This record gives sequence, structure tokens and C-alpha cells, in this order.
Amino acid sequence: MLKVIDTAVPIACWSCSVAHNDSTLFCPHCSKIQPAAAGDFFQVFSLDRGFQIDLAALETEFHRMSRKLHPDRFARATEQEREWSLADTALLNDAYRTLKDPLHRTEYLLKLEGAEIGEEHAGKDRKNQQDPSRVPADLLEEVFELNMQLEEMRMARKMGEEDPALQADLEQARKKFEGLLATVDEDLRAQWQVWDAGDTTARQAAQKTMVALLDRRRYLSNLVRDVTETLGA
Amino acid sequence: MAELNLTGRVVGIDLGTTNSLVAYMQGEAPVVIPGADGLNLVPSVVALDPVPAEGGRPTVTVGNTARRALIETPERVIYSVKRLMGRGLHEIQDELKLFPFRIAEDVEEGEVPRIQLGELKFTPPEISAYILRQLKRNAERFFGAPVTQAVITVPAYFNDAQRQATKDAGRMAGLEVLRLVNEPTAAALAYGLDRAKEGTIAVYDLGGGTFDISILKLRDGIFEVQSTNGDTHLGGDDIDNLLLAIALDEIYSEHGVDLRAHPGAVQALRKAAIDAKIALSTEQAARFDIELPNGDRYQREIPREVFEIMIEPVLNRTVGPCKQALTDAGITPEQIDEVVLVGGSTRIPAVRQLVDDLFHLSARSKRPHIELNPDEVVALGAAVQADILAGASKSTEELLLLDVTPLSLGIEALGGTVARIIQRNSTIPASATEHFTTGVEGQTNVAIHVVQGEREMAADCRSLARFDLRGIPPMSAGLPRIEVKFLIDADGILKVTAREQRSGQAAKIEVKPTYGLTDDQVESMILDSFDHAEEDFAKRLLIEARNEAETILSAVERAPRSPAWAVLTGEEQAAIAAARDRLQAVNLGEDAKAIRDATLALDQATRRFAELMMEAAVSTAIRGKTMDAADEDLGEAVTAPHPMARAEFK
Repeated sequence: MLKVIDTAVPIACWSCSVAHNDSTLFCPHCSKIQPAAAGDFFQVFSLDRGFQIDLAALETEFHRMSRKLHPDRFARATEQEREWSLADTALLNDAYRTLKDPLHRTEYLLKLEGAEIGEEHAGKDRKNQQDPSRVPADLLEEVFELNMQLEEMRMARKMGEEDPALQADLEQARKKFEGLLATVDEDLRAQWQVWDAGDTTARQAAQKTMVALLDRRRYLSNLVRDVTETLGA
Repeated sequence: MAELNLTGRVVGIDLGTTNSLVAYMQGEAPVVIPGADGLNLVPSVVALDPVPAEGGRPTVTVGNTARRALIETPERVIYSVKRLMGRGLHEIQDELKLFPFRIAEDVEEGEVPRIQLGELKFTPPEISAYILRQLKRNAERFFGAPVTQAVITVPAYFNDAQRQATKDAGRMAGLEVLRLVNEPTAAALAYGLDRAKEGTIAVYDLGGGTFDISILKLRDGIFEVQSTNGDTHLGGDDIDNLLLAIALDEIYSEHGVDLRAHPGAVQALRKAAIDAKIALSTEQAARFDIELPNGDRYQREIPREVFEIMIEPVLNRTVGPCKQALTDAGITPEQIDEVVLVGGSTRIPAVRQLVDDLFHLSARSKRPHIELNPDEVVALGAAVQADILAGASKSTEELLLLDVTPLSLGIEALGGTVARIIQRNSTIPASATEHFTTGVEGQTNVAIHVVQGEREMAADCRSLARFDLRGIPPMSAGLPRIEVKFLIDADGILKVTAREQRSGQAAKIEVKPTYGLTDDQVESMILDSFDHAEEDFAKRLLIEARNEAETILSAVERAPRSPAWAVLTGEEQAAIAAARDRLQAVNLGEDAKAIRDATLALDQATRRFAELMMEAAVSTAIRGKTMDAADEDLGEAVTAPHPMARAEFK
């Protein structure tokens, strides 16, 4: 289960010099820790690429590998071993963090498969939000209305005024957009199944759909965040 | 590390704002190691003795002795230095208003501030190093063997610079810091040791100067931190300052006396404020009764209800971080199975009530864990982690701590915004790889600004370091592809490496920490090296043993003059004489252990006599106390971090 690097080239263990084809994080001969080679996050857990993951099994495996690789286990080892333990564990943690979260996992796998995904960047997002060409076509009218209400609310807040009607409207809008978000998530999950079970053609189509869904999701969740921030201020 | 140290003990150290402790794993349970005075807590106070008459460098004292010097030579004493660790000049200006000591005049912005202590100047890590060295010596005295490796705890919400400063302090003290452990996580370890429990626990840690909240998941001996939050400037100090400010204010308006002109009186008042705070944890009311320099008396009763209303704003500042931690862990209060209380301030009933409300404890018939002494639990946990790292014990071999980074790591992007590369609450070690390129034809340098924090603009975050990637082969703009790897290690400290991918050259990185010491500076500040040598170590043990022997022998010499002596039976007097003769005999030899054993035996033999003396002393002390005498009494009992602080009037 510790197989990380996918390579047929035999590698000699740094410690016992025995070459082994079965590249692992521990030498099969002398059990010493080995440096991690470049591999993707699925390979870290010896998983096939796929959007659907057994999270309980992932956690168990994460704990099992942590016990072996963690720098705490190498506190008094040689400097070289400590360095590899640090690098191996960082990779393990990065992989676990990415794979356990459905959104991060989706984005990660889409990127691995060569899809172009919008940048996650707070500063940029704020600006893009104002850009009309970024607004999903079916939401144009509602987003326009919502932005007006948000502006009004911010003004009211600035003047120290209460506007219960506006507050209720905004809360209503938030509910609606949260509902839309949930729908996007359902659609994404459906596409996961299509991709995991499909052939190359089906996968291509699913990827395209997922990229669009992620764009829409990012837009919606930013809207919800703006409303929450304005209401909470 | 040139050679491996496989046999020496690893100790756990709680380097606190107010008090510090050292602990180790004794068999299956962690225990605190007492100092030569028999006390577990070493006050985090450092004093510079007067310059010796024959010249040379004055000696440095730490702990209770240093605290006593506060009254006579306040300008040669420093405390609460933890608040200054890893911070820049402009960051500590506000803080310093609460301290009687000052920054050396020649310190420039961007440098690690140095504090003027008498005629010498010290950086905060150096001051901390003196405290660590004292703890190291206490442990060495206890084991009779050198101690060179330690685990040191830090507030979970400490940033990169504060962590690095703590590690630097360890190195200066001659300690290899095997790991920095977050204080709430350490507390969880201390509690989790003897329970094979599963579930989600929250650790609420309100200490003297810092507040941390951590949420952990326990499963099969793995302590996995889900989220952490806090405030590195919130604690019992804030409550003391509040009480003190109110009292000073009232004394000024009712009696026309500005006590701030009388540092000794401020200290007495602070002690009264702390006593009142402590009393209010068990009593319904506390009383101030202070004689003022003009002969008036300041008398004031504080009912607990009033106290609770007063401190409510301070306590409420812990609510936001707790809620954020729950949100970040993705759970509701009902999903918290256990709550652990850490830090002296959690003794306050209002704090317990707040925690109860926050996590709906009573409603679910639950109570928070307070079984372990909240002043010691962090050190005990550090000892558990030390044992895990030593890898030598059955009782901890199944335990593993997976901690997180408390703050997001980002790099400054165009327009001063922050591009986040490692999110807060990521399990550490964690890494991120970013690619950079050039913007100008033939450019050979790229500057990168790394920040830590949650705000959107880099200017609002904590500047960590500026990296200068140099030696990029000259190419057309945008062509070089420099891969920079950011790695947060298991101590929560950032490491950076870079490579230019097109040419395959490793780009040189010059790391300029925004606040921090360079390697060379740390090297030059390493405290006297005689701690390392075995031979000197044996010599020191012998000297210490002889000093202790001399102290008790001279006390026994004076004993027959005390009225208490006559109360002893003839047998008791004979036993003391025999133990004294034995100690005098071995004290002529070179065997440190024999001297210590004989000292201990004499100490035992004189125990009843000491008690009789104590009773006599107490009854004398109760009669006719003056303000000045009250001042002198402060030495032993004060536990406040700012005994000499001047309160601010708002």
C-alpha cells in the first residue's frame, strides 16, 4: 500500500544499496525511509484516479501512513532521514487535504486531466464579480437586483439605519442562492459518476461540464459570501 | 547534527509568559521537575546582578530570586518577555507602555529590538534563553546528568517569527529543540494519555497573556487537530490591568493621590488586585484595603457580580475565536464530546460559565475537564511529546500528534493583494509549489514577499519574509520558469527552496526575515559554553551541592539561638546534630551525590524545627504591617506578569 512512484527503473536503497523495483517509501530490504519521487496525490494513496472516494478508508490509510512517516518518528534519526520524512509527510498531508475535500479533489483531478480552471484568488474574484460578462446568463437579472440591494444595505448601515424589509429580502436572496449552490453540487456529483464509469469520450464531456459547474459554483459562493458579509457587518 | 544522541533524556518545557516549567516522563506518567527551591513554577523573570566590584560581566539570575530584585533594582529586571518574542519595533511600542523597562536607544526599525537591562542590552530570545538555561539546569540537577534536547511549547496562534525566536532561544541556551508543540495540543496530550478515548475535544486555553482554542479529533492514539484560533494578546493580564486601572482611577479621584508616582505602591495595589481576582473565584466578594502614602485608606468592596460585569468584555473576546474554530472544523458545539480547560484564568467561574454556554455543556450533562493543574498541564503534555520523540517508551509509542498551521500563508500579488498558497488549519508539515517568471527582458532577480494572515491585502497581514531569487539566467521576459517550494515544517516554521526549471539551475535565495535574527547572530548569542562540557558539568553539580549544603549548615548553626529550638525534644536535637555532622564530613569530599543525600537527610531532620520557626514568623508578621513592609512581602507570592506595570488612564 505504500507504493508511491510509478516506475519500472530499479532504485538502489541509499542505506543498504539493495536495488528494488517495487519503489516504496520504505526499503523492502532494510526498512529505511526513502525519498518520495514526484507522483500525484492519488498515487500517494495507491488509488486510481477518480472523483468518488471512500473517505473512511482514506482517513484510515492517512493515519496508518502518518504513523510511519511523520517527523516525530525520526526526531533522532540522521539529518538525511529527517529531511525525507519531512518531505514525505508534507506530500502525504497535501494529498490527504486535497483528496478529502470534494471541491479541492474535483479541481485537482480536473487539472491533472488537463482542464483549465479559473484561478482561486480573493483579490481577483472581487473584481471579476463586478464584470458583467462573468455573470451566468440565467442569473443576470437576479444578480443585478441583488447588487442593488447590497449597495442599499451598505448605505443604510453606513447611515446607522435599520431596514427590516431590505434585510428580509437579502436573507431571502441568500436562501435562494444557497439552494442554487446545492443544485450545482448535486450536478457535480452526477458528473463524478459519469467520469468514473465512462470511456474517454464520456470523460471529455464530463470534464467540460464540471469546469463550467465549478465556474458557476465559485460565482454563487462569492455572492453568498458578499450577502453574508453585508448582513453580518 | 553531527552525532546522534540516542540515550539522553528529552525534557518538555512550557516557556510561559508568567511562569515556566520543565517536565519529563517518569515511567508512564509525566511529572514536573522542581527547582532547587522545591517549587515547580519558575517565574519567567530575569535579573541582572550588580556589576561585580572586581569588574567583569554581571551575573544573570532567573526565577524567584530575580523577582525579588524587582523591588530594589527594577531597571535591572525583565519579565513577560514572551510578549516581545518575534516582534518588530513598531509592534511592541504599545505593549511597552505596560512595562517599566525600555528599548535600547540605538535600535533601528527592522532590527530585532534589544532591551536595556542595567548597562547591558539583550534581545528577547536571549532573555528567554536565560530562562531556558535555568530550566535545563534544574533538570540536570534533578537527573544528575546533562540534558541537551527539549520540546518547547508555544501558543498555537504564534506566527512564524515568534516560533523561530523561540527556537533561537533554545539554541542559545544549549538545547536542541526537537519540536515546538502548540500549548493546547500539549494539554490534550496530557489528558489523552491514560484514556483510550475516541471523539472530538475542544481545548480552551486562557493563560496569563495568550488565548488559544483548538479542536482535535482523537482516534486510535492519533491526535488530529482540526482547527485552531486565538489571540496572542489576551489573558489574565488584561483582567489585572482592568482592576488596577479602576483602583488607580478611584484613588486619584477620591483621595487626590496619583499612585503612579510611587512604583512600590502600584506594585502593592497590583498584588491586591490579583489577590482580589483570585479570591473572587471562590468568594462572593473581595475587598481592597490599602493604606495610601498620604495616610488615607483606600477601601473598596468588589462583589462578584460587579467583577463579572467588569470582565465581561475581556472574556467575550474569546467567543469569536471559538466560533471561528468550530466553523473551520466544520462542526457544531453539540459535536464536541469533551472540553479541556487550560491556563490559570480558567479558574474564574465566569470563564467556566462562558465555556459551558459556548459548547452547551450543562445542557448535555457534561462538565469540562479540570482534573490536571491548569498551570502544569501544558508542561506535562510537552513531556509526553518529548517521550514520543525519544521513541524509547512503550507508553507513548502508539501516540501521534498531527497539528496544523494557525495562519494562512500567502504571497503578495499584483496590486498588493494576497495569493494564498497554504490555507490556515492545514495539517503540518504542509507544502505548496508556485511558479514565477520575469517581467523584463534579461531580468535576473525576482523578489517575492511572503505574508501570514487572513486579510485580503498584504499590507494588512504579517510580513514574514522577502525572498530575492537571484542568478536567474538572462532570458526574454516571461520565459524563465522558477519553481519555488514553500514548506511549513512540523514546528510550524517556513522553509523555502527554488529552482529555475528551463536552465535547471538552482536559483539562489536570499531570505530576509522581516523580524528575526540571522544564523550568525544566534551563534554569537549562545550562552556560555560550559554547559556542554561533561567535566564542567560534574564540577557545577559539585558546586551547587556544596552551596546547598552550606546554606542549610549555616541555618542549623544559628538554630539554637531561636526560641523554637527549645521546643524540640532532646532526641530531635540529637538527630539534627548527627545529620549535621554527617553532612559536614561528606562536604569535605568531592562526591556531589553524597553531599546532596546528606543535605536532604539534614533537611528531613530539621523539618519540625522549620515548621515551628514558620509559625513564629507568621505571628510576628501579622502584627502592625506598613505599606513598605507589604511591599517587601510581594517577593514570594506575586504571580502577575507585570508586577511593576504602570497602568494607563483612559
